[in-house]
Amino acid sequence: MSLNRKLKYSLAINEAINQAMEKDESVFLIGQGVESPWYVGNTCLGLIEKYGRERVIDTPVSENAITGAAVGAAIAGMKPIIVHPRFDFLLYACDPIINEAANWNYMNGGRLSVPVVFWPIINRGGEQAAQHSQALQAIFAHIPGLKILAPSNAYDAKGLMISSIFDPNPVIFVDDRWLYNTEEIVPENFYDVPIGKANIISEGTDLTLISYSFMITQCKKAIEELKNRYSIELIDLRTIKPIDIETIKKSVNKTGKVVVVDATWKSFGVSSEIVALINDYCFSSLKTSVKRVTLPDCPAPAASTLEEVYYPDYKNIINTINEILL
Amino acid sequence: MKYPKDLQLSLLKEMIRIRFCEERFVDPIINGEIKCPVHLYSGQEAIAVGICKNLNKTDYVFGCHRSHGHFLAKGGSMKELVSEVFCRENGCSHGRGGSMHLIDPENGFLGSAPIVGGTISLALGAALASKIRNDKRVVISFFGDGATGEGTLMESLNFAAIKKLPIVFVCENNFYSTHMPIKSIRVDAPIIHLAQAFNIESVQIDGNNVLEVYELTKRLIEICRNDEGPVFIETLTYRQRGHVGPDDNIQGQHTDIRPKEEIKNWIEKDPIMVLKKYLSETYIDIDSEIIKIENEVSKEVDEAFNYAINSNKPKQEELLRYVFK
Repeated sequence: MSLNRKLKYSLAINEAINQAMEKDESVFLIGQGVESPWYVGNTCLGLIEKYGRERVIDTPVSENAITGAAVGAAIAGMKPIIVHPRFDFLLYACDPIINEAANWNYMNGGRLSVPVVFWPIINRGGEQAAQHSQALQAIFAHIPGLKILAPSNAYDAKGLMISSIFDPNPVIFVDDRWLYNTEEIVPENFYDVPIGKANIISEGTDLTLISYSFMITQCKKAIEELKNRYSIELIDLRTIKPIDIETIKKSVNKTGKVVVVDATWKSFGVSSEIVALINDYCFSSLKTSVKRVTLPDCPAPAASTLEEVYYPDYKNIINTINEILL
Repeated sequence: MKYPKDLQLSLLKEMIRIRFCEERFVDPIINGEIKCPVHLYSGQEAIAVGICKNLNKTDYVFGCHRSHGHFLAKGGSMKELVSEVFCRENGCSHGRGGSMHLIDPENGFLGSAPIVGGTISLALGAALASKIRNDKRVVISFFGDGATGEGTLMESLNFAAIKKLPIVFVCENNFYSTHMPIKSIRVDAPIIHLAQAFNIESVQIDGNNVLEVYELTKRLIEICRNDEGPVFIETLTYRQRGHVGPDDNIQGQHTDIRPKEEIKNWIEKDPIMVLKKYLSETYIDIDSEIIKIENEVSKEVDEAFNYAINSNKPKQEELLRYVFK
């Protein structure tokens, strides 16, 4: 067993599902496109061959009922993973996710919980326009009873997927296709990454950068470019909800300056919540107002010229950091 | 009919348990002791009882908004039901659900919920779980005629048919989707046509005749248990009370638009009366046995209501309990 094995992010997810299915017969995978890399990349490679179509189930385009079926199977004691190859299509399934899964344990007085993983994949860019590229996690982060995870690298992708599967509550595992070809050292053994625990990727004293998922790659790039000028602390949330407020507090109390980077819309989003929490818990430590790098409040455009200004990258992050520190 | 007297009396008793319990809710609803929305099952008892009599304890049932009868028929405790409707801590959902969120996992009643059609796909998933585990459990999905307007029903029928899932779709057609007569929400065609379009064996039956329901579903449940499901049943029936509450009296405004003559005709087909009449015609001296049953049930209902009324509501400091497991 190699200690330094590098693995692509998409194959790390694949390994997590494979090991979870091997370990526990109640784990199964369902969703549109699990047989087709065109939908799910390499993430489902070899699973049908190993576990058969009883436990790796490709489906008709019926997001509402199929997602409901995953929820119902979880209520009946299974540990289903329901993939939505495009986050946009999961909106058909808001009833089983929000009304049923998120509420089930509470409204039934804790009699039955719902250990289901909703696995939407974000597909930004590529001139795919407004209905093939949306990052909708903020909508679901608003809902009590749901946990929202979003890995930024292959190591976390494997560990968080395993945590999602074995958590007794409904979890939304927010996946971003722009990460699929990134590589990282990923242990071959079965391991988890704890839910609700952020990761300090780099320590610093001048400013706290808070982000998650794909935008971590851009934050790292920005820090690299600025490394001779500033000492920047980068927090990878890993879990959007329940958010690791302790790690944020500690960092913000140290630096007093914050930029939140979130590739979803600005209004009423994940970044808004983080700013509000900093206001609640760190107000007296702040040396300046918190700034944000987000998508503009605009649907995703098709034309690449417009996409260039729509999607923020490391350059926007550098500019925003400079606004505070220059 | 060829069924033993004991079986028929036990079907009668189950129906009377539901009826007496439901009717006892009327006063506390009217006088405001019960505030949560209550959808009474009076008039439809033969469906829950006739179907659930054929189930094993390990089989699964999902209900809808009108599910007191399903809960009791699957073996749920009357004390826990009544306590839940009164939103008490010792209700089946610890006072977090009320009348519309009943659950009893130990008896296979996996839950009920009032989003119309919302539990159909959950039942589909429980049937998928049964199929994957090959544990031969059969799943019953109870929903009303209003749910035929929901797309999730079509999606669920299709997927169940493709995968041959062990699920019995039970559409309790009481001819009204809240205040809308069925003819104003559906084309004038039998509901079973919906399921037939997916090559699902589908039967329309008299939902007020418990023996007919029992006999037919025995066969259909066996079909599911032998991996040859799904099946679909449309039961023709009628609710004797309002859509919600005893008489659809909303803030003093009477909203039950059903014709008086129609209500009267259906009350004459009351499922409990139908069975009692048949028993009286078939067995001499059955009346004393029926009275005995009614007395037993009255006592059980008294006990359940006393238990509920004397129980506490959930503690305020436990508001956040159960958000997550």
